[in-house]
Amino acid sequence: MSKSGVIHFFLFFVYALAQVLLLKNLVLFNTAFCFLYVVFILLLPVETNNLLLMLIGFLLGFTIDIFYDSLGLHAMALVAVGYVRNYWLGVITPQGGYDSGVTPTLASNGLQWFLIYSIPLLFFHHTILFFVEAAGFSRFGFTLLKVIMSLLFTLSVVLILQYFSIERRR
Amino acid sequence: MERLFKFVYKYRAFFTFLLLQLFCAWLVVENNQYQSTRYFNSSNRIAANIISTSQNIREYFALRDINTELAGENATLRKQLDERNQLIEEYGLSQLKNAVIINRFEYISAKVINNSTNQYKNFITINKGAAQGLTPGMAVISQQGAIGKVKSVSDQHAVLISLLNIDDHVSSKIKRTGHFGTIQWDGTDPRLIDLRYIPRHVNPAVGDTIVTSGYNAVFPEAILIGIIKDVKLSEESPFYQIKVELAQDFSKLAFVEVVKSNLRAEQDSLEVTTKGIQR
Repeated sequence: MSKSGVIHFFLFFVYALAQVLLLKNLVLFNTAFCFLYVVFILLLPVETNNLLLMLIGFLLGFTIDIFYDSLGLHAMALVAVGYVRNYWLGVITPQGGYDSGVTPTLASNGLQWFLIYSIPLLFFHHTILFFVEAAGFSRFGFTLLKVIMSLLFTLSVVLILQYFSIERRR
Repeated sequence: MERLFKFVYKYRAFFTFLLLQLFCAWLVVENNQYQSTRYFNSSNRIAANIISTSQNIREYFALRDINTELAGENATLRKQLDERNQLIEEYGLSQLKNAVIINRFEYISAKVINNSTNQYKNFITINKGAAQGLTPGMAVISQQGAIGKVKSVSDQHAVLISLLNIDDHVSSKIKRTGHFGTIQWDGTDPRLIDLRYIPRHVNPAVGDTIVTSGYNAVFPEAILIGIIKDVKLSEESPFYQIKVELAQDFSKLAFVEVVKSNLRAEQDSLEVTTKGIQR
């Protein structure tokens, strides 16, 4: 396993534990959830294989599900994100392409690119998560409110953490 | 055949995706069944230990509130006991004891180690399990009111379906008028719950007490659920739309009691035989 592989192996547990011990209890206005663990999939190196992304997504989602008592729900949403991620990266390739071994972070591609990258994927994840949980569209309005509020909350936390990690690297 | 393999290999990402999604969908459906999956939820040993540790740390900061609440509960119970004793003395009832009726319900105290109120399907994890005699289907109450029922048990822990779960229905009644309805959460506000199927001719009023009906043998009769906060009746609807304010604040749940009904098997088997005769 390479050095980055070892780091990601530990990060897996850091994200999972942070989610189930800390962020699970952090819900604003009854609607805004923070699903930081999605970022683990988003921030894996650019050339990571689709299959591997889905597999990691499944494992992480399944772990989260055990603690949320919602078996299959988070796994489903995260596998979908893992599948879509590389196609989306391909669509929004910056001029000159990605450097080899680079991770798609704010530091490597700038704020605007990072927003374009993360917002649709987070929205996609939250939409699947909340609508599957609501088991249909009977609570459409409230579920959509949850999706949007959670998107804003998660995105703010992600951006704050991204800026922190830039500072550290300098 | 070879071309088929090539085709599958070429689109392997898509097929893996499909396979994983189907598996997840199956898990979701399976998990929605009442009394389902036993191992992959927060009552499994590793998960429960992690949650327990975290809860122990958090609980330290809530000790003052919990103590006040428990002391208050003690005082209330002592008062009730005194009243009951006085009645027994006054009417000379101390000889009339039916052990079966008196021991109809046993209460097992448990600590809440995991709880949520904001999802559509909320579950509660407690630190008592099969080793203490819990089985799926038992009712869970707190000093303030009804909490939910046991969904699955592991050796030392159990997962409960909270009243705040869009799939949960509880038979209940308006205490003042005695009319029956069903309690079900609509998934939005964790302090309010819906009372359904109260027909037009009833006159529910704001402030009426809602209690469990005891018709389903899960909950004992007359466990408090809440107080009517809002009553609406639209022109064409056959039923009232009633919002009930929950007696128990679910976000502050610390200790609960699991109700073990010793006559439940008898009631259930009687009802089953009766239904058999009707058909």
